[in-house]
Amino acid sequence: MQIYLPIAEVSVNVFLLFGLGGLVGILSGMFGVGGGFLITPLLFFLGIPPAVAVATGANQIVASSVSGVLAHLRRRTVDLRMGTVLLVGGLFGAALGVWVFNMLKELGQVDLLVRLCYVVFLGIIGALMFVESLNALRRSKRGGPPKRRHHGWVHGLPFKMRFRTSGLYISAIPPMLVGLSVGVLAAIMGVGGGFIMVPAMIYLLGMPTKVVVGTSLFQIIFVTAFTTMLHAVTNQTVDILLALVLLIGGVIGAQLGTAIGTRLKAEQLRIALASLVLLVCGKLALDLFLTPHDLFELGAQ
Amino acid sequence: MIRLALLLLALLTLPARAEEVVMGMSKDSVSITTDFDGSEILIFGAVKREAPIRTDPPLQVIVTVAGPVEPVTVWRKARRLGIWVNTDAVEIDAAPSFYAVATSAPWDEVITDVEDLRHKVSVPRAIRSVGAPMNILDSQSFTDALIRLREGEGLYQLRANSVELRDSTLFDTAISMPANIVEGLYSTRVFLTRDGRVVSQHASVIEVRKVGLERWLFNLSRNQAPLYGLLSLVIAIAAGWGASAAFRAMKSG
Repeated sequence: MQIYLPIAEVSVNVFLLFGLGGLVGILSGMFGVGGGFLITPLLFFLGIPPAVAVATGANQIVASSVSGVLAHLRRRTVDLRMGTVLLVGGLFGAALGVWVFNMLKELGQVDLLVRLCYVVFLGIIGALMFVESLNALRRSKRGGPPKRRHHGWVHGLPFKMRFRTSGLYISAIPPMLVGLSVGVLAAIMGVGGGFIMVPAMIYLLGMPTKVVVGTSLFQIIFVTAFTTMLHAVTNQTVDILLALVLLIGGVIGAQLGTAIGTRLKAEQLRIALASLVLLVCGKLALDLFLTPHDLFELGAQ
Repeated sequence: MIRLALLLLALLTLPARAEEVVMGMSKDSVSITTDFDGSEILIFGAVKREAPIRTDPPLQVIVTVAGPVEPVTVWRKARRLGIWVNTDAVEIDAAPSFYAVATSAPWDEVITDVEDLRHKVSVPRAIRSVGAPMNILDSQSFTDALIRLREGEGLYQLRANSVELRDSTLFDTAISMPANIVEGLYSTRVFLTRDGRVVSQHASVIEVRKVGLERWLFNLSRNQAPLYGLLSLVIAIAAGWGASAAFRAMKSG
């Protein structure tokens, strides 16, 4: 069954879109990533114009994140306090990111920079996470006691706050900075930033993995809602019909994903996410290095 | 029946000339609905003449359908520091978003290059590219790429021998529009040629437009963007909440 999308102005198969939404929803619920880094390239592949894919992707992530957060709220695995601190930093970062993005646009080659950003960040994060969780998994198999996290300099900072759900008593400055830098990257790369936020919360802030997913989703809702509005007003590239089909699949997937996520061990969850991130990174890197099958492509402007 | 009557009426009221073409279409508007999956338009017509039929050189028919014209940028990649980057761009001033040509014989036999240039019949002639930047010497390869890419999407079609011409008088052909067409006015032309020269032509317009939900959403997104943005957010949040509530009900029930 085909559906004609009013803004994208192409006709696509409904079940294909539905399945795509569902797949990304499952990942979103499992890992706390919005799935923007996955859904946008997949939509390109279906022939949706890039601008529409980016804007509509953001809208669909709002839906799957709401669905995911509600599931996590019931399990009390959302640190609302931490989420709010991250969000404040994130919104400032997003504004800064939009400014940087426009500056890069004037210099040209913004498309390439976005893609390089993806390859570099996905590569670094994926590799670090993979190695770390593999080590953790080996340790837990040997049955040794888990190593206590050492906080070091982070404990010396002022403005200490108690984050009860995360079991942390740390300064508000590091989470604020994490939010800010993720916000900048998110605006430049056109994603919610979950795949950067999740590892940053685990490794930089020392939050427990179970809490990280819900908290990341919580702040992604606001960042992507902001992005959706921005795209709808300035570029008019949000396709409601496309979003609707994607998010029906997405919200169902997010519920399934959350259920799967709670059955897996934290280390397994991290290895799975790391593999996924590395996979996407590899695909993007190949596109940059391999000779394209057609050297020419059509652009809007 | 009415169409046929109109066609006859048109035949009778035409001013006298050696050979005159009249045409009709199975529909003069295409509605893009939510389940739009392309459309086929039957284009038919007849040759009106005062004198007896001349068969040498034979009469040929060309039918073209052109979508709204817009500028397009064609990018070319090159390898820089090991990675493939968009390096050169050529802005093509006016390219139809859709272009189909159907002929009654192989291309070489239906029209000469001079006549093609004058009437802008073939795909390359229908595209207007004024000038490439100074540093690009092979701007033709960019136009070729545009044609190749759009042919791949079914947006540009050259279909020789697809016009059926009976007794040098009646003709018909079917033009298929793919699902990825844009809305606008599609100009339809019919050329009668003899020995590669155009002896008569006729033009008409097909209107392609979004209807119903498609129309409403498109207008809302353009005229009331903030409202449209909020609507998409409300739908997203409601769907997220709905799925969560439904799953909880399923588990407890």
